[in-house]
Amino acid sequence: MESAKKYSARLFSLEVLGILVALLFLVPFYFVLANSFKTFPELAMSTAKLPKTLFLGNYEKVWTIMKFPKAFWNSLFVTVLSNVGLVIISSMASYRMVRKPTKFNNLVFLGFVAAMVIPFQSIMIPLVKVMSSINFMDSKLGLIGSYFGFGVSLNVFLYHGFIKSIPLEIEESATVDGSSSYGVFWKIVFPLLKPMTITIIILNSLWIWNDYLLPSLVLSSPELRTIPLATYSFFGQYTKQWDLALAGLTLSVLPIVIFFLALQRHIVEGITAGSVKG
Amino acid sequence: MAALLQQWVFVGPALLFFLIIVVIPFLMSIYYSFTEWNGVATDVKFNGLDNFKQILFNDTDYHNAFWFTTRLTVTNVILTNLVGFLLALLLTQALKSRNVLRTVFFMPNVIGGLLLGFIWQFIFVKGFATLGEITHIGFFELPWLGDAPTAFWAIVIVSVWQGAGYLMIIYIAALSNVPKDMLEAAYIDGASRMQVLRSIIVPLIMPAVTVCLFLTISWSFKIFDLNFSLTKGGPFNSTESVSINIYQEAFRNNRFGLGTAKAFVFFIVVAIISTIQVMYTKRKEVEV
Repeated sequence: MESAKKYSARLFSLEVLGILVALLFLVPFYFVLANSFKTFPELAMSTAKLPKTLFLGNYEKVWTIMKFPKAFWNSLFVTVLSNVGLVIISSMASYRMVRKPTKFNNLVFLGFVAAMVIPFQSIMIPLVKVMSSINFMDSKLGLIGSYFGFGVSLNVFLYHGFIKSIPLEIEESATVDGSSSYGVFWKIVFPLLKPMTITIIILNSLWIWNDYLLPSLVLSSPELRTIPLATYSFFGQYTKQWDLALAGLTLSVLPIVIFFLALQRHIVEGITAGSVKG
Repeated sequence: MAALLQQWVFVGPALLFFLIIVVIPFLMSIYYSFTEWNGVATDVKFNGLDNFKQILFNDTDYHNAFWFTTRLTVTNVILTNLVGFLLALLLTQALKSRNVLRTVFFMPNVIGGLLLGFIWQFIFVKGFATLGEITHIGFFELPWLGDAPTAFWAIVIVSVWQGAGYLMIIYIAALSNVPKDMLEAAYIDGASRMQVLRSIIVPLIMPAVTVCLFLTISWSFKIFDLNFSLTKGGPFNSTESVSINIYQEAFRNNRFGLGTAKAFVFFIVVAIISTIQVMYTKRKEVEV
């Protein structure tokens, strides 16, 4: 080994230990993935082995039973629009609260922060009633509107901390040059918020994409189902048919894992930034 | 005028959604918790403290759910933080596979609790059984989801497996901020690895400990998705968390009044515990 001098026996044994623990972490994924390519008899006979051939029949069936493309589209639509809205309304509100700390604005900020301790379970029951009285039930826009409401607390909190660290001078010079408040915000401040915006988008996306309880309360039509809802209703019907159930699970897990692998550096940074501030 | 308009353009939308989705339902939930209401009927009967009396003195299911959630939270908080911290210690060493390992340990976190519950249902029912047949190790031959004590540990295993990677990320960030020269000075003075860990590293990463404890307490206390898909509260309600109990009371038994009262009690407990924990660990934080 070339770097033998620095790479001691102690490090080597730690490396082996790490790899073993990692394999242990991956075992569940192996079982699900390997068995999703088996026919039912093969799955029942040899659960631990690799599949003899790559049998795709389960996937073909599940794709249509789960209406996978539809569920994927619904999840994507809800996640993207919730993110866009949350970024816009939270960044604007936080900016105003930092730069114009009136009594009212401070009170609103305090309200946002305090609400973070309210568990979703304590408000979900009346929420359903409020939602139906404003015709927000069983609609994707209604669901998106609720994500605005639930996300705004943490998002404002994160933006608020970040904006405080931005020096005022740049904005002042833009105002002197004749820019309106809106112009200053969108052309100068918003681009400066980019690192926090990325963090916020990542945290919101993981939460919204994976959320089950809120969509299950708000959406009832089968064609509006997001991926967690589609998986749930599919799984309930097919618990005894592991071959199909596992193919369904793999399909459902795949999009978010790809998202993660593609953006993992940002995700790790986002979580670090988000948790230190939060 | 223009200034007032600006105020509302900037703050208005966020405030509006927050009021409709969070504040109004929260206030309503306080009101409904003093009523007998099925969620649909127009007449809402006010019954004072009856719901709370029922919850505190008679509702054994709720007591069991609270006891289960508390045991789960304590176990999860200890194990998840321990595993997360050990992984972080391991991955701040100069390992060649460091980046791959970080990715692997973090991965369970990007998948939602509902899907993880289903994945592990298969592992416990089929995967472990198969491993048991091959290896004859007693651990794999247990009736994992069919028995109250093992079902409890099944949920713990999955929660730790899911949460440890997230805490690892936070602990890694904290560990890499510990000044190197301070550690070197301690080693030169003859401190052992354990002494350095106890007297230097742990006090310096207390802010991360505060955050990690807060996160694990709130995850475990509010556990729903994972619990719902893995055991559905079974066998015989032995793994029913408070969240599931509230959900069932409101949406299956159609007792919205009682359900909101349960949720209100739950909110008070969560708020008190989180506040005490943050205040307590904050006091242990030191400045470099």
